[in-house]
Amino acid sequence: MRYDVAIVGGGVVGCAVARELSRYELRAVLLEATEDVAMGSSKANSAIVHAGYDCKPGSLMARLNVRGNALFTRWCEELEVPLSRCGSLVIGFDEADRAQIEELYAQGVKNGVPDMQIVDGNRARELEPSLSDQVTCALYAPTGGITCPYELTIACSENARRNGVELRTNAPVTAVEALADGGFALTCGGERVEANYVVNAAGLFSDDIARMVGDDSFNVAPRRGEYLLMDRNACHTHKVIFQTPSKMGKGVLVSPTVDGNIFAGPTAIDQTDRYDTEVTQAGIDTLRKLAVRSVPTLNFRAVITSFAGLRAVPSTGDFVIRPCETAPHMVHAGGICSPGLSSAPAIAEEIVGLLRGQGMDLREKADFEPHRSHIPAFRKMTREQQAEAIAQNPLYGRVICRCETITEAEIVEAIRRGARSVDGVKRRTRAGMGRCQGGFCSPRVMDILSRELQLPMEEITKFGGHSNLVVGKLKEVKRV
Amino acid sequence: MNRKADVVVIGGGPAGLAAALQADAAGASVLVLERDKEPGGILQQCIHNGFGLHYFGEELTGPEYAGRFIDRVKQTGIEILTDTMVLEFTADRRVLAVSAEHGLLEIEAGAIVLAMGCRERTRGALSIPGTRPAGVFTAGCAQRLTNMEGYMPGRQVVILGSGDIGLIMARRMTWEGAKVMAVCELMPYSSGLNRNIVQCLVDNDIPLKFNHTVVRIHGRERVEAVTISEVDVKTKRPIPGTEETIPCDTLLLSVGLLPENELSIAAGVEMDSVTSGAVVDEERQTSIPGVFACGNVLHVHDLVDNVSHEAELAGRSAAAFAKHPAPAARAHRVIAEGGVRYAVPQMLSDKAEGKIDLYFRVGDVYRGAALLVKSGERTLLRRKKPIMTPGEMEKVTVDVTGLTDDVHLSIETEG
Amino acid sequence: MTKEMICISCPMGCMLTVVQEADGEVRVTGNTCKRGETYGRQEMTCPMRVVTSLVRLEGGVRPVCSCKTRQPIPKAKIPQALEEIAAQLKRAPLRRGDVVIADVAGTGVDVIATSDIAAR
Repeated sequence: MRYDVAIVGGGVVGCAVARELSRYELRAVLLEATEDVAMGSSKANSAIVHAGYDCKPGSLMARLNVRGNALFTRWCEELEVPLSRCGSLVIGFDEADRAQIEELYAQGVKNGVPDMQIVDGNRARELEPSLSDQVTCALYAPTGGITCPYELTIACSENARRNGVELRTNAPVTAVEALADGGFALTCGGERVEANYVVNAAGLFSDDIARMVGDDSFNVAPRRGEYLLMDRNACHTHKVIFQTPSKMGKGVLVSPTVDGNIFAGPTAIDQTDRYDTEVTQAGIDTLRKLAVRSVPTLNFRAVITSFAGLRAVPSTGDFVIRPCETAPHMVHAGGICSPGLSSAPAIAEEIVGLLRGQGMDLREKADFEPHRSHIPAFRKMTREQQAEAIAQNPLYGRVICRCETITEAEIVEAIRRGARSVDGVKRRTRAGMGRCQGGFCSPRVMDILSRELQLPMEEITKFGGHSNLVVGKLKEVKRV
Repeated sequence: MNRKADVVVIGGGPAGLAAALQADAAGASVLVLERDKEPGGILQQCIHNGFGLHYFGEELTGPEYAGRFIDRVKQTGIEILTDTMVLEFTADRRVLAVSAEHGLLEIEAGAIVLAMGCRERTRGALSIPGTRPAGVFTAGCAQRLTNMEGYMPGRQVVILGSGDIGLIMARRMTWEGAKVMAVCELMPYSSGLNRNIVQCLVDNDIPLKFNHTVVRIHGRERVEAVTISEVDVKTKRPIPGTEETIPCDTLLLSVGLLPENELSIAAGVEMDSVTSGAVVDEERQTSIPGVFACGNVLHVHDLVDNVSHEAELAGRSAAAFAKHPAPAARAHRVIAEGGVRYAVPQMLSDKAEGKIDLYFRVGDVYRGAALLVKSGERTLLRRKKPIMTPGEMEKVTVDVTGLTDDVHLSIETEG
Repeated sequence: MTKEMICISCPMGCMLTVVQEADGEVRVTGNTCKRGETYGRQEMTCPMRVVTSLVRLEGGVRPVCSCKTRQPIPKAKIPQALEEIAAQLKRAPLRRGDVVIADVAGTGVDVIATSDIAAR
């Protein structure tokens, strides 16, 4: 069988494209190299829905960010993904910062960002009382917001599958052959997959995929960003707080998450290794030093974890979204760094447009289902709903993760929907994301995974591959 | 389902069971809510011996110690609901719990005993740099996997923190065939018992490195090595040039315990920022009348025997309150100062009289120093102790009859 | 023979020096009390330990049951005791106090179950 289209990469871009393409009568397959979607940049980023003032006017980034931001409301409603339009502030401490803020404002106006204001320090502190009293001015963008990037990715993949897209995990694409008829033969995980069109959404590896068909028009370089995630009681910050940008990125920001935690980050370290997501002491020190400039009351004793993600920085300075130069039935969505998350819904639309331009036959399905529901979360139900949920499914009465109050029913449902590892369960349910970081619930989650997947405990992993959690049964492991 | 009980005990570990037994003995109807499949709490996974010397006058393992209490409970009318999680309790002593078997349970309690125990500090709380592979466990999590589930968490192990659970796991893993490469301790002393240092580490030739910490975790999927480094004794910062990378597949963390007080905080119980537990009076009553606390949720103990004694006091107090709900007024504070990190109880009520036990911990190692307990100009006690260490909880008994002032605990060093 | 050891009789943790002469006489120094001397003497001549471990279990609600030597056994016998325990496979139920291995490692001491594990 030949697919109409193969999408390479199960990050937020690949999954959003898959979802958008699932509106049409197509045989589509999503190929993900690892064991789950949202395993790269999409699981470790700032989770910000940017307003769109910090992209160069006229760039793809600018256009797709502003359009993506507008689309987020509908996408998050349809997919039941959390979105908070909490607004964002870029804060300044002196005249040089003010000049930058004015520049950002002008850029935002050109990009079509609605409702921005430049405010003085006092007004900024009214908007966000946790701000430092050293702040003298700020750019306020009420359309800035926060979402949950991995949940959006997972939701898009679930919705795409619901609408007929096939998902293959553990399917790394290692070769792409351009066929004489314009189609492609992809080698992935030892199998050959043929498709008329390919969408290259391979993130940090999108330049590799391009090169497989002889297109070396762009490179992607990893830029590491480290984060500190704090417990809910770390401080009471309700808005996304940026510092004025530097050459290396948007500065260290302090932001709430949709789950009520607070984070500080990211750092920005250019590197060559596309797997290295280490957190360094230097990074932690930098974050601590810089974040308190914005919010002096930030309590670092409430840090519950630190992590790092890699941004896929394109050599062209802009998103690479266009047909491949050497094989135009491959369409690139490469080098999607910030504001990639904010732009993802608009990138998906854009890609569909480009495929149509390359002659793809796109007929809308009569029965496209735009809605995807979140796993019903016990902790978010009313008492009556909780009682009803338990009556329907007693596993809603068994709390597995005590920090986040996640029940066995939610974990079983996450596995049914595709979680294969402890982290896969965590991203779908929040089990293990609380202050004890899985110390209490991870053995129980492993048990449930083992039972539901009918796999021995020795084969249960943290996140696929060789990330096994136990090495064997007691008394059967060889002495070291 | 709606229920009523004179005393509702949240947590069926050693504290909860001891409190329940005393409340029952005092004639109260008692309901224990336990989140695990069986009562006994963390003792069930502490299969080593060393429990009960003070309470039972003999050395028992954790499951045996728990088993004795469970046997006693079975001979009473105490009801234990297992697999039951408390979602909240309120200041008017209503408890909301949930279980697969009973669904939502709303319980009206005459008095509540908080006995939720504690949890372990994590890698995240320490911000240990490096990668985030599988193979980093808190010692208690590894202990559960090993002793309850029957699996080996790893083969080559480095342990950070020389708390008792870490030391015990060092021996456990060694005896199960793993190689424990080293135990690193940030401080210049161990918070574990000497006995465990000798019988777990020295017996098995496991090096204990004081003033050392883990500065980097290596490995993409599973831990491949950790880099340890000596730290400056004062600043606790790693000393450049002292790093050593140890190949291993597992890092166990035994870096401290934190009372698990989410429920208490949500209910508005006044907390002690040093113990991370409730502020209580001599009856173990918290700032909410009729709500009592005991065991590791109140302050982290090192001997379960002390937990049992404290819980019995709380259980008796709770039963008395359920019978005659007369809130005690707080009369005097018990203040820890001058080398004493904290003292429990933190308050004395207007009913306090006679001999009262004060539990406390010191902030440093003191040899040949004295503990001084004063109230105003009155010296209640001055006791010289050969040694006091942060790792060992201390107890003194003082007579508080006729106090007119707050009580102050401090360390008096010679010279 | 001379051995340095930490006394574990109390939190003091005295550093003991224990010397055994050729004629077998043992001298303990560094202790601050009588208990230290007794401990040092015992550790030098015949250190004893209670061994706690797990025994594999069939048909139980858990796959392992905790166990211990009923009395301390000579430290030198620990590896053999552990091997004998590892080789066991018992059937649930097990009750606290049930003998898992009689006369482990030829010590005359039994290994007994320390948990109650019901049958599945």
